Amino acid sequence: MEVAIVILTGVFFLVSIYLILSRHIIRVLLGVAMLGNGVNLTIFTGGRITREIPPIIGNNASVPLEGIANPLPQALVLTAIVIAFSFFAFLLVLVFRTYQELGTDDTAEMRDAEPKGEASPPLGY
Amino acid sequence: MASANNTDVNLESAMLLTEPALADWLVAAPLILGFLFGALCLMQRKNVIVQTRIALFGLLLMLIADIGLFINVWQNGTVVMTMGRWLPPFGITFAADMLGATFALVAGIVGLAGGIYALSDVDSTSRRYGFYPFLLLMLAGVTTAFLTGDIFNLYVWFEVLLISSFGLLVLGSERRQLDGAIKYAFLNLIATTLFLIGVAYMYGVFGTLNMADIARKAPALQDTGPHFTIAIMFLFAFGMKAAAFPLNAWLPASYHTPRIAVSAVFAGLLTKVGVYALLRIFLTLFPADRDELGGVIAVIAALTMLIGALGAIAQTDIRRVLGYLVISGIGLMLAGLGLGSEIGISGSVFYAAHSMIVMTALYLLAGIIGRLMGTFDLNKAGGLYQASPWLGGLCLILAFSVSGLPPFSGLWPKILLVKGSIDVGAWWLAAAIIVSGFLTTIAVVRMFLFAFWRSRPEGLVEIGPISREGRIKLYAALGLTALTVIAGVYPEPFIQVSDRVAFELTHPQTYIDAVFGEKQGGSGL
Repeated sequence: MEVAIVILTGVFFLVSIYLILSRHIIRVLLGVAMLGNGVNLTIFTGGRITREIPPIIGNNASVPLEGIANPLPQALVLTAIVIAFSFFAFLLVLVFRTYQELGTDDTAEMRDAEPKGEASPPLGY
Repeated sequence: MASANNTDVNLESAMLLTEPALADWLVAAPLILGFLFGALCLMQRKNVIVQTRIALFGLLLMLIADIGLFINVWQNGTVVMTMGRWLPPFGITFAADMLGATFALVAGIVGLAGGIYALSDVDSTSRRYGFYPFLLLMLAGVTTAFLTGDIFNLYVWFEVLLISSFGLLVLGSERRQLDGAIKYAFLNLIATTLFLIGVAYMYGVFGTLNMADIARKAPALQDTGPHFTIAIMFLFAFGMKAAAFPLNAWLPASYHTPRIAVSAVFAGLLTKVGVYALLRIFLTLFPADRDELGGVIAVIAALTMLIGALGAIAQTDIRRVLGYLVISGIGLMLAGLGLGSEIGISGSVFYAAHSMIVMTALYLLAGIIGRLMGTFDLNKAGGLYQASPWLGGLCLILAFSVSGLPPFSGLWPKILLVKGSIDVGAWWLAAAIIVSGFLTTIAVVRMFLFAFWRSRPEGLVEIGPISREGRIKLYAALGLTALTVIAGVYPEPFIQVSDRVAFELTHPQTYIDAVFGEKQGGSGL
């Protein structure tokens, strides 16, 4: 089970890095979203994958059953998903606004903040 | 309380049953205040005047809380608090040691200065779009990142400060800002995601997220592959956050695009969180990996300070000159980490505090200069000395301070760092520190020469005096400048603080003992 998920995680990272290396900002955005999911799977696998015994203490017991699922990675992944989702939403709007203003989604042509061929600083006065 | 249940479990071994001391609540105060006042500001979003007052009051309270926390930590050693009363490592721990408390204090000062400067810099439209709520949230995120003792919690605060900084960066939605924000947002998000990968591995290997617990377990897993992978992962992720040399491209691409008040707090706060995280990870958590990677970090440090200073010389825009100087300063902070000796770390910490104050002040000054001249372009600058000689004096003080010339605060940490380098025979690092200081002097003094010394270029309107509104900006810059002068003229107490930080960092056992409640009473020294 772990091996399968590790391979899947590897594929996620592969795809996301390939996308992030693109010059087109929308592909980069998709790559970042994939990267977030790859990381979530990494956390999940890091917590070891066990059979589905819920981590709940029964009514008359004071300790949980043997071999329960690890609840912590699920809490971590949940947090990470929420954060990644809100960032994705923000970046989507940012990318769209930039596309509207700059009229391009090619990062090589986004040179408003650092214009090409700027004058060199004064050398003397 | 749970003890009312009819289970016969001994709660003492899992939970904290005594109330924490009232003063210990100061660890959580910056977080609570930041979020509370941020929310209050948001409620008064459209009432710009009330909102501004709430925000400034909140920033002031945060600074007071930071001061209180600093005094508390100075007197009583590391202050620890655990959420939900679970004993560490089960609950999320907040632990303020001298490093965290010092950084938090300086962050509070920078935040307040930025908030005051914004009074006359940020227009009411931007305020309605949430300048102050974002500022408060970002400050809360930064401060709490300095104080948390849980590695996943650190990630969460990184994201909090990141999303608020996005908001600040795009206020106004100009073309330039959007362009800068794209580069800033993507590269920083990728860096924090890499940090999260490190956290995932860390959890997989150690089975815990509590920093003190990890520090306790790290020696057992020394010299294993995963351990070293995690260390490298963190070096990469935080190096990117700190804008260390090969990963610095996002900083000069974005820091000059937002409003000056925003650039100033960014320069003072954000990259230093990366530096803080590096110090924490490599000194408290993985000291053995630091010994292994010390040489690499030192080379990165030398390159970062040189590239930053060279970049600063090549710029025409004053704000971009400053952006590169921020990078150059990061190199100096990493130099101490590379050395790893107590004197080196002391120099790094002192330099970080100095850089937070001085870089913020320089950006604020650049804003005043830019407003007066109507441009940030050095080619069109000039004639300011006639308009305001006092401003010239201020500029010269800050220029000397940032390049490490006496009698201002940049000098002392550089002396510590150079001495630390020579002590271990790293003459090349000492040389890099001195050469980068020299290059920085050229960059900033040239800024002074062109903006102040040179007469106004032909055909441009004369410069008027500073308006009444503009004086508020001047006060913010003056306050920070006063600090660098004091630290330069009378460095003794500041060096004492940084020495104690360095002592604690080189003896991580004090941190571990404090978190697990084995306090030896009194201060760590």
